[in-house]
Amino acid sequence: MRVEGKGLIDRTQRLSFRFDGTIYRGFAGDTLASALLANDVRHVARSFKYHRPRGILTAGSEEPNALVTIGEDGATDPNVRATVQELYEGLEARSQNAWPSLGFDLLVINDLAAPFLGAGFYYKTFMWPRAFWEKVYEPFIRRAAGLGALSGEKDADHYEKAYAFCDVLVIGAGPSGLMAAWTAGQAGAQVILVDEDSLMGGRLNAETLTVDGTPGADWADDMVSKLAAMDNVRLMPRVTVTGAHDGGTFGALERVAHHAGAVPKGGVKETFWRIVAKRSILAAGAIERHIAFRNNDRPGIMAAGAVRTYLNRFGVSPGKAVTIFANNDDAHRTAMDLQDAGVHIAAVIDSRKDAQALGDYRLMQSAVVAGADGRRGLEAIRVQTASGSEKIATDCLAVSGGWNPTVHMTCHMNGRPTWDEGIASFVPTPGAIPGMETAGACNGAFSTAACLAAGVAAAKTTLEVLGLAAPDIDIPQADDSPYAIEPLWAVPGNGRAWLDFQNDVSVKDVKQAAQENFASVEHMKRYTTQGMATDQGKNSNVAALALLADATGRGIPETGTTTFRPPYTPVALAALGAGAQGKGFAPERKTTSHAASVAAGAPMIEAGLWYRPSYFPLRDEKTWRQSCDREVGWVRSAVGICDVSTLGKIDIQGPDAAKLLDFVYTNTFSTLKENRVRYGLMLREDGLVMDDGTTARLGENHYVMTTTTAAAGQVMRHLEFVTQALHPEWDVRIMSVTEQWAQFAVAGPQSRELLNGLFDDTIDDSKWPFMSCGLVTVQGVKGRLFRISFSGEHAYELAVPSRYGDSLFRLLVARAEALGGGAYGMEALNVLRIEKGFITHAEIDGRVTAQDIGMERMLSKKKDFIGATMAQRPGLTETGRAQLVGLKPAGPVKQLTAGAHIYADGQEPVAERDQGYVTSVGFSPTLGHFIGLGFVTDGLSRHGDVLNMVDHVRGIQTRVELCDPVFFDPKGERTRG
Amino acid sequence: MADLIAKTPLDGIAPVTIGTCTVAEVGLGTLTSIAPYAGAKIADTFKTAHGIAWPAPNRATGKEGARAIWFGRDMVLLAGPEPDKALAKHAALTDQSDAWTAVTLFGPEAEAVLARLIPLDLSAGTFKRGHTARTQIQHMSGSVTRIGADMFLLMVFRSMAGTLLHDLERAMASVAARR
Repeated sequence: MRVEGKGLIDRTQRLSFRFDGTIYRGFAGDTLASALLANDVRHVARSFKYHRPRGILTAGSEEPNALVTIGEDGATDPNVRATVQELYEGLEARSQNAWPSLGFDLLVINDLAAPFLGAGFYYKTFMWPRAFWEKVYEPFIRRAAGLGALSGEKDADHYEKAYAFCDVLVIGAGPSGLMAAWTAGQAGAQVILVDEDSLMGGRLNAETLTVDGTPGADWADDMVSKLAAMDNVRLMPRVTVTGAHDGGTFGALERVAHHAGAVPKGGVKETFWRIVAKRSILAAGAIERHIAFRNNDRPGIMAAGAVRTYLNRFGVSPGKAVTIFANNDDAHRTAMDLQDAGVHIAAVIDSRKDAQALGDYRLMQSAVVAGADGRRGLEAIRVQTASGSEKIATDCLAVSGGWNPTVHMTCHMNGRPTWDEGIASFVPTPGAIPGMETAGACNGAFSTAACLAAGVAAAKTTLEVLGLAAPDIDIPQADDSPYAIEPLWAVPGNGRAWLDFQNDVSVKDVKQAAQENFASVEHMKRYTTQGMATDQGKNSNVAALALLADATGRGIPETGTTTFRPPYTPVALAALGAGAQGKGFAPERKTTSHAASVAAGAPMIEAGLWYRPSYFPLRDEKTWRQSCDREVGWVRSAVGICDVSTLGKIDIQGPDAAKLLDFVYTNTFSTLKENRVRYGLMLREDGLVMDDGTTARLGENHYVMTTTTAAAGQVMRHLEFVTQALHPEWDVRIMSVTEQWAQFAVAGPQSRELLNGLFDDTIDDSKWPFMSCGLVTVQGVKGRLFRISFSGEHAYELAVPSRYGDSLFRLLVARAEALGGGAYGMEALNVLRIEKGFITHAEIDGRVTAQDIGMERMLSKKKDFIGATMAQRPGLTETGRAQLVGLKPAGPVKQLTAGAHIYADGQEPVAERDQGYVTSVGFSPTLGHFIGLGFVTDGLSRHGDVLNMVDHVRGIQTRVELCDPVFFDPKGERTRG
Repeated sequence: MADLIAKTPLDGIAPVTIGTCTVAEVGLGTLTSIAPYAGAKIADTFKTAHGIAWPAPNRATGKEGARAIWFGRDMVLLAGPEPDKALAKHAALTDQSDAWTAVTLFGPEAEAVLARLIPLDLSAGTFKRGHTARTQIQHMSGSVTRIGADMFLLMVFRSMAGTLLHDLERAMASVAARR
């Protein structure tokens, strides 16, 4: 219910929202949780495993119960914690994990079967029969146990990643964080202050405490205004630091648009920040812990501090007759605040003998709550005292088992926290994260005065390291009550007492783990699943290990903690993968002929990051094969044009350029004459083939190397390694010029005819023989011409500066069409090169030697080169290796397929009898049948053998004859012609 | 026969303004990578020839029309004039005029836009006018130089022009949507 006169909400701005179809009202400044409580909605969720009714437990990101689904269709967000979801007009929330409805959930049957479903149940039960796991058990578990579901549709929202940098990152904007940011800001440091909440101030907004005589919330508001006015301080509300990583880098998730409903046009829903900080100050506060007792998970049983938050910040009392159960003084403030606001306090139950009432309410000392009544909402509690048992009617029980400092971030680099007996909890171990100071409640300092002072102290330590003079800071006056606590983890008794609400782990489960010898805390965690839910056990970890320590007869420090890992709170994969969805995965590289190719109707295929035309369909062609056959025919009989700009081009200059080439290629380039081109083969250090291509000598100390499209980056990296690491003394400079030149193959018997008339000078065989190169002037533009051929025809490659690429491509295609040819794509290019037995990375896949592809004679014996020694290893030179062969059909089935394997004729096609595989195939319109390249054991000496090609995937069997890989014009007369 | 027609990487698209920032394709003139040979003392020759200082690593010198941008290990990109022939004795010169897409991003929120694409601290206090870096621009390798109080020069491979524009527009829209 709403309490008049309380809260920081804006009562002039009314908002309506729906939960499970019912319309409710709230105010601006509410969270979904506070608005539900204001409307007396207590039962908001079903638990993960047993489908027990659950209500709102906390008021922060640690909430284990109140997970809801927000939004519709592609914009659906499941598992949103109602405690962090700000209310907006029209918000639509749905409960999760209940069927058919939240109020009547049939899967509550699990709760009745609970005696059989305890810790280790899955491990013990579902071992056999093995086949049942996938077919029976898993589907059952998946249906019964669960969180919210994704919509299954494409995410309609945008997310992004971003980077931020600072001298001092302050994590948490409570009293400690505000003072730390203020101190560091005054010193002139670049400060980033982040807080999970939309409203900075931390507990000051949730308490009635004063700072320097003014209400804490007002002081915080004033401080935030002052910080916002400083140029060197950046405030980042709604940002959760999710992880501390190496080098002062922090992951942080900003909820940009969750509070606004619809994402604004062009905007993002979340931003995942990477914040790099020279130093950091953790001021993350503390999380209140629960006490385990029978049915302590009933809706209406809440954290005592959260009850104060709802009252003081949101003007909501979660009950009309509130009881409080605590083992510390702090929780008594809940009674005082509620009483001041006119809410009836039925009783305060304190487990301590010497507990003192801080106000005029009924205090029961040495008493515990032994059980709770009321299934979908708390109705009464049973209190156990030394003198007996008493039932007290109540609709809200505020529980405090003490506070756990939020040490999580300090453990992200494998640090372990230190047990502090005084507060019965863990505190950060100093130095656990390099460059990080911890301040305030996260460091075990629980009074406001101590937090304010700790913030200043942490900032001063940080400033000293940064070499900045610390300013004089007046520490404001505030409450400094001591934190009095006596540990109480669980109330003994029958029935299930809950520890981990999100994964339904009870005290009994932890004890059972210990009994069954899962006594290490890491084993207990996995056996019971305690702390393995999306909240990582923020409310339950310390109690669970305290109970484990008790059950195993060890102390808590000896028992230790499990490992806190990033992210601190759940992060949507959409945020982590932001910018990489769909085509954002990688840049698109487009050639200068892209637009013309697309305009010609060519389907574009990806070649690495590049897009290349597959084929250029003519109007009457119905299949790609028709286009491909025609394009091959054009090249063989007339002339074809193909964009080959994607091949890597590397400019190599300097007095030692030739030395470098002789070293990286197996064959010799120092002997290559100027204006000539040579084919080269490159090995890796391990002696296997890395890449091949042509290199042209443009001048005495100037070469341009061509690589395959696929290996352009790899070869560049290789050359960098050789010139930086192996031979830094060589005076040679390398530079990629792939993008500088638009390069086109002009291939076919009419190629020279096409080019003549385009250049200032005519070309002929005497000036431009096969494997020559040089400068030409194309319509006044300086270009490079190479007489090389990847098709086996009389062919050239013409390169011009890329700005002219589009224009030249159109011109070349027009001229080719006039000569009875035209543009050809990757499919035709592939068939043409298979006809000639030219290899690509389909053949040189990183596992083959020069010998394997019949290029042994390219390994120079007169010089050293990379891979020369390793290529002579016995395993690479002995017989029995798979060697390159040509393949052609030799039986009634004519089809060849790439990826098929080769077996002896008449033998069973099983892996043990595998003799090789097919790497490339194509239908050769020139020869009128399929042809292929492949690798077959000792294939070089087996030409003429007939074997069996089996494609197990496509179900194709073809008898094949092994032959020379060069199917067409084996003497190369057409190329030279 | 018609002359060959030159096209810029973004084909001369009009400047795009989203929110407070504008991205515009720029013609930098001739681009030449200059990689000095071993032991070459190129700085004086360069200064004499082009009137601008040879830049130290991560620095750019000169101004619009003639800039020298550090471009990686032992490499400077001369943007604007044709390289002086005297330099060829000291360094490998390679024409890069057509290899790069060059755009300027300017506006009061340019830093915020680039904070979504570039993993470097580009704030005015750290990355001053005349500072440059070879770095990632979203998923691309590129070059970023601050050439004014609110203005950056960005360069990526020519073939990636469309992706660069797309990524910048997306980041600009996101920043604009926060206002």
